[in-house]
Amino acid sequence: MLTQILGMSVIYLLISISIVIAVAFLYAFIRAVKSGQYDDDYTPSVRMLFDDELITKTKTVTNKKEEQKPN
Amino acid sequence: MDAKNCFHCGNELIKKEEILFDDKSFCCNGCKTVYEIFSINDMSCYYDFQTAPGATPLDINGKYDFLSNENIVTKLLEFQEDSTNIVSLYIPHIHCSSCIWILENLQKLQQGISTSQVNFPEKKVRITFDPEKTSLQKIVELLCSIGYEPYISLDNFNEVKKDVDRSLVYKIGVAFFCFGNIMLLSFPEYFEVNEFWINQYRGFLRWLIFALSLPSFLYAASGYYVSAWKSIKAGMLNIEIPIALGIIVMFIRSTVDIIFDYGQGFFDSMCGLIFFMLLGKLFQQKTYSFLSFERDYKSYFPIAITKISLDGTEIPVQVYEIEKGDRLLIRNQELIPVDGILISNKASIDYSFVTGEAVAIEKKSGDKIFAGGKQLGKVIEMEVLFSVSNSYLTQLWSNDVFQKKVDIKHKTITDKISRYFTPALLGLALASFLYWIFISVDTAFNVFTAILIVACPCALALTAPFTQGNVLRIMGNRKLYLKNATVIEQMAKVDTIVFDKTGTITTNKKTAITYEGIELSELELKLLNNTLRGSNHPLSRRLYDFIPNQVLIEPLHFEEITGNGIKAEFAEGTVKLGSSQFLRHMSENTHKKTKVHVEINGIYKGSYIFNNQYREGLEQLFEKLSKNYNLVVLSGDNDGERPILEKMLPNTTTLVFNQKPEQKLDYIEKLQKKGNNVMMVGDGLNDAGALAQSNIGISISENVNVFSPACDGIIDASQFQKIAFFMKYSKNAMRTIYMSFTLSLVYNVVGLSFAITGNLLPIVAAIIMPLSTITIVSFVTIMSNIYATKK
Repeated sequence: MLTQILGMSVIYLLISISIVIAVAFLYAFIRAVKSGQYDDDYTPSVRMLFDDELITKTKTVTNKKEEQKPN
Repeated sequence: MDAKNCFHCGNELIKKEEILFDDKSFCCNGCKTVYEIFSINDMSCYYDFQTAPGATPLDINGKYDFLSNENIVTKLLEFQEDSTNIVSLYIPHIHCSSCIWILENLQKLQQGISTSQVNFPEKKVRITFDPEKTSLQKIVELLCSIGYEPYISLDNFNEVKKDVDRSLVYKIGVAFFCFGNIMLLSFPEYFEVNEFWINQYRGFLRWLIFALSLPSFLYAASGYYVSAWKSIKAGMLNIEIPIALGIIVMFIRSTVDIIFDYGQGFFDSMCGLIFFMLLGKLFQQKTYSFLSFERDYKSYFPIAITKISLDGTEIPVQVYEIEKGDRLLIRNQELIPVDGILISNKASIDYSFVTGEAVAIEKKSGDKIFAGGKQLGKVIEMEVLFSVSNSYLTQLWSNDVFQKKVDIKHKTITDKISRYFTPALLGLALASFLYWIFISVDTAFNVFTAILIVACPCALALTAPFTQGNVLRIMGNRKLYLKNATVIEQMAKVDTIVFDKTGTITTNKKTAITYEGIELSELELKLLNNTLRGSNHPLSRRLYDFIPNQVLIEPLHFEEITGNGIKAEFAEGTVKLGSSQFLRHMSENTHKKTKVHVEINGIYKGSYIFNNQYREGLEQLFEKLSKNYNLVVLSGDNDGERPILEKMLPNTTTLVFNQKPEQKLDYIEKLQKKGNNVMMVGDGLNDAGALAQSNIGISISENVNVFSPACDGIIDASQFQKIAFFMKYSKNAMRTIYMSFTLSLVYNVVGLSFAITGNLLPIVAAIIMPLSTITIVSFVTIMSNIYATKK
C-alpha cells in the first residue's frame, strides 16, 4: 500500500517536473525569438571565430550596450 | 598568393599598371591605399580570412556632402540621443567573413565609433557612434575609402521601420512543444495492455494530453481556421478547408472519446499534423532579405543634391525640397532628379536608365533635360522646371499601369486540386455516414469523423511547400533569386519569353575593340585615323573614337564604297579599310565577330575586331528556348542591329524595335490578351512597366545588390545562358509535385479503407500520418535535387 501511494506520487511528480521543464524551454525559446536572436543566423557563427586571430589584442568590444537597444 | 591578381580586390593585373607595395602587388592606387590603411592600423589580418576580399574604393569627391545637413542625417539615423547615435547602412559589397571582421572593427579606424555590428544576410552594418567625436559624413567617407561604400538613396529617407513578423516561429515552437509532450504521454496507451498500472493513470494522462493539445489547437493552428473561413466567405474551396475541418473534427471527436472513456483520442496525430504543416510553411517562406523586389524610382534617386544658392555658395538640399527655379549642380555619374533646363555649355546624359538606349545623348545649353538621366563627364549646372513629384519620370511611375498589380489572384496548383478534393472528401464522408447509420448510429459517427481525420490532406498540403521551397533554394544557389515560391508555378506555365535588348541580351560594358595583326606605326595610325574621319559608317565612328587623337591631314583622294569599305590616298601612303572581300584578303570569316580589315600601301596589316557586345551563350540559349517557347526581343533602340540579330537568333524570334516603356507594356498586354503566358526578362527602369505587366518579370543584373526594378525574380547576369535550364527545372518541379500528389492520394486511400470500415484506431492514425509526411517530404526533396543535376 505504501509503495503504491509513493509510486503514484512519483509518477505525478516526474510528469509535472518534465512538463514544467518543457514549458521553461518553450518560454526561453519564445523569448529568444522575440529578442531577434534568430533574425540573423549567419553572422554570429562567423563572429565567434574572430577573436583568436587578432594580431594585437585590443580591448574587446562589449556588445552589451548594443543588445539593450530597442530593435 | 596568386601573382596575377591584385592582393586587395582580386582583379586581374595588367602588367604595366601593377603597383608593388610591401611585397604585394596591387591593380591600382586605390587598392594599395586601402591596404596601407589596414596595415598601419594593425588590421592586415583582413586578408587572412579570405583571399582578395576587397573592393576598389571609388572616387566619391563631394558625393556625401549632403550628410552635413542635419535634417537629412536625422532622417537616416535609427536612434538619436546626445552622445549616442545609431545608424544602419546597407553595404552591397559585404560578401565574406573578412567583410564582417573589418566592419566590426571600425572603431579602430575612427574615433567616436563605439560598436558596429554586421547583419550578413541583410548586408547591413549597424554603427553606434558619438556625434560629438565623429559624424555620419565622416563614417560614410571612411567606409568609402576602404571600399565599402554604403548605398543611400531616397528610399532610406522615408523608410518606415517594419515590424518583423515572427508569429510563425512562435507557432512552430508551441506546436512542437505540444506535439513532443503529447507523444511522450500517449506512448503507454499505444500498447493497450490492460494492466493495473495503466488503468491507474489513464484518466490523468488523457486529461493532461487534452490540456497540452489546447495551445496547439487554439493558437498554433489558428491560421488555418482564418484562411478556411475567408475562402468559404469568398465562395472558394481551397486546401485550408479540409485541413481546418480535419483538425476541428479530430479535436472534438478526441474530446468526446476521452469524456465517455471510448479511447485515447487522436490528439497525438492532430498535434503532429499541425507541427509538420507549419514546418512546411516555414520552409516555403525562404526570402532573400538582402534583395528587394519592390523597388520604385525612390531607391534609384539620390537623397540630396547640391543646390547653388543666390550668393553662389553650394549647399546640399533634400530632393523633395527642390523648387522650380532652383539652380542645381550635377556631378559626374550623378542622377538628375528633376526635369530642368541645362545652363552649362554642354552635357552628355546617359538615359539608359529610362529608355534603355545605351549611347549618351549630347545636350547643349538651353536644352531641356529630364529626370532619370545620368550626367557623364564634367560637372553641369541646371535650372529646375518641375519639382520631383511633377517630373516626367515620377509621373510615369505614378501611372497605374506601372504598379505591379497586387497579384491577379494566381490559382496555385494546390488550390486547383483541392477544388476537386474537398467536395469529393465531404461527399465520401457523408455517403459512408448514411450507409452506416442504418446499421449502427455509433459506428456511423465514428466512420464519419474517421474519414475526415484520416483524409485531412496533410501530405497534399505539404507537397507544394516543400518542393517549391527546395527548388527556390537550389535556384538561389545558382543565382536566380525568386520573390516567392508561387513564381515557380507561374514559370512552368510560361509559353512566351520576351527579352529586352540593351542590358539584357547585350552587356552594359562598352564594346571592346581589339587589334590583331602586324603592329601599326605612329604614322600608319595617323593615316588610319584621318581616313576614318571622313566616314560616317557606324563602325568607322567607333573605331575613330578608339584610336588616339592624331594630327589632322587632308587626304588627296577619298572614296567610300557602301557596304564594302573606304579607300583614301595621302601624300604619305594609301589606306584601304573594310571587309575582307573589299581587301581581297582571305581570312576565316565568322559572322559572330565584326571585323574591319586594314591595308596600308598595298600591304595587309591586320584587322580591328569589334567584340560582340552580346552576352555569352546568347545564340545557344535562344536555340534551346526556341524549341519550346515563342521568343520576342523588344528594344528601345532603333533597328540598326536588326541584321546582326537576325543572323544570330533563330528565325522564329520576333524582333521589335523603337519601343518606348509604355509601348513595351502594351506589347506584353497584347500577347496576354491572345492567351499567352508571358515572361519578361529585362533590366533598368525602362522595362519596369513591362516587368510588372508580364506574368513573371525577371530582372537581370550585373550586380544583384543594386539596381533592379520591381520584379518577381532577379537573375545574376553571369547566369544568363542558364535561363533555359531554369525554365526546364521549373517544369520538372511541377512534375515532382504531381508525382507526390499521386503518392499522397495512395496514402489517403489506404487510410480511408481503414476509416470506412470503421477500424481506425488511434495507433493506426498515429503511424500513417507521420509516415506519409516523412515519405512525401523526402520524396520531393530527393526528386527536386535529382532534377537539379540534370542539364
